Amino acid sequence: MTKQHANWSPYDNNGGTCVAIAGSDYCVIAADTRMSTGYSILSRDYSKIHKLADKAVLSSSGFQADVKALQKVLKSRHLIYQHQHNKQMSCPAMAQLLSNTLYFKRFFPYYAFNVLGGLDAEGKGCVFTYDAVGSYEKVGYSAQGSGSTLIMPFLDNQLKSPSPLLLPAQDSITPLSEAEAVDLVKTVFASATERDIYTGDKLEIMILKADGIKTELIDLRKD
Amino acid sequence: MKFDTSGFETSMPMIGFGSSSDLLDGFSSVPSFDLPRTTDFDGFQKEAVQMVKPAKGTTTLAFIFKEGVMVAADSRASMGGYISSQSVKKIIEINPYMLGTMAGGAADCQFWHRNLGIKCRLHELANKRRISVSGASKLLANMLYSYRGMGLSVGTMIAGWDETGPGLYYVDNEGGRLKGDRFSVGSGSPYAYGVLDSGYKFDMSVAEASELARRSIYHATFRDGASGGVASVYHVGPKGWTKLSGDDVGELHYHYYPVTPAIAEQVMEEAAAE
Repeated sequence: MTKQHANWSPYDNNGGTCVAIAGSDYCVIAADTRMSTGYSILSRDYSKIHKLADKAVLSSSGFQADVKALQKVLKSRHLIYQHQHNKQMSCPAMAQLLSNTLYFKRFFPYYAFNVLGGLDAEGKGCVFTYDAVGSYEKVGYSAQGSGSTLIMPFLDNQLKSPSPLLLPAQDSITPLSEAEAVDLVKTVFASATERDIYTGDKLEIMILKADGIKTELIDLRKD
Repeated sequence: MKFDTSGFETSMPMIGFGSSSDLLDGFSSVPSFDLPRTTDFDGFQKEAVQMVKPAKGTTTLAFIFKEGVMVAADSRASMGGYISSQSVKKIIEINPYMLGTMAGGAADCQFWHRNLGIKCRLHELANKRRISVSGASKLLANMLYSYRGMGLSVGTMIAGWDETGPGLYYVDNEGGRLKGDRFSVGSGSPYAYGVLDSGYKFDMSVAEASELARRSIYHATFRDGASGGVASVYHVGPKGWTKLSGDDVGELHYHYYPVTPAIAEQVMEEAAAE
């Protein structure tokens, strides 16, 4: 007798794409605002970007219910950190916390594909990219989600920087200006929207700098 | 006298409750994991692993020679056929005199190596001396053994220098632990072994050994699609580890096999403008 497999899965994929680019004194985090399930659109206005700390912003695609649960855990851990240390968490610290939080659900993972963007202690932009169970890496740019396979090759072409593993070491920060980076993000999402059914509607861009966070909302194709 | 069985008690929880209590007490006990409430744990894990698609393609190697231990690895992470990263750190610095290599699930290796680093530090603080390579590898092997059958994917080598000299152990997710002086792990390991075994001598200098390690990784990345990126080489000596080289394997190819320009027999030249 063949094994009965579950007809119900605790997971769903709500689609969407997230991108982040690190600069010398800024960080750009962008995501589309479409939330879908199967072939249906649930919302054209759903934000996938969430501020965790002054200098750390998380953008996640995947199963948004798991993403919401993940944010709650991170928010409460951040609050405890602030009580204990009397300061906000730095971006590299938040990156490690996110990795551990994801790994603690190693046997029942959060279906979330995360990109964490922010500024490090020196004010330089930093982007951390994750897989679903918490392995992470500091990079100069990253894309996650349904459109990532369309976007990453293009970003590699435009932004490819020397690997941080090379010896003698070379910096992995993008030499782009803030305006160029934002322009690149808009271009990249316009192209991804053309070829990925789960990406579109609106593009939300958050630009993090030492003096604050700016947000832009741009229309994308709604079909 | 009552037989003391406390050493046999594993602190690994089979049912993962109580993780909220060690919010503030991160790593002093074995981490407790949430487990899915299902009657078909194996089937669930199979599907969950599909979702995670751990990076398996890799080439790592390590060998002991006269001057210590040489450790080398590539830097490619693949998810199915997609290259998710070309700059993964597969040689993990556990502490200044011990290295671990990563093969299998990236998150599994990163987490357990970090956990091992914490345990080694706690050992140092409790015993006022450094942990041996044998001890560290045993700690890792025991941890992995207690999670045997749950789908972790870890194929790692612990390389270091302790009071007994250079040490190298292979540890995997089955809980296996092997002492040896030459190992290569990953999908590119057969190719790496070929080059490594044919060029190995115990009496090599550091320069010769690092070149051998680098070439072995290069040849593995050449033939194995799942390996690539940057070939990193580390040396562990009596004073700890140092990174010797990090070279892009694409450029290494032309370094080993330079292209000699062919002599053209006929040359097309631009016609002079009238």
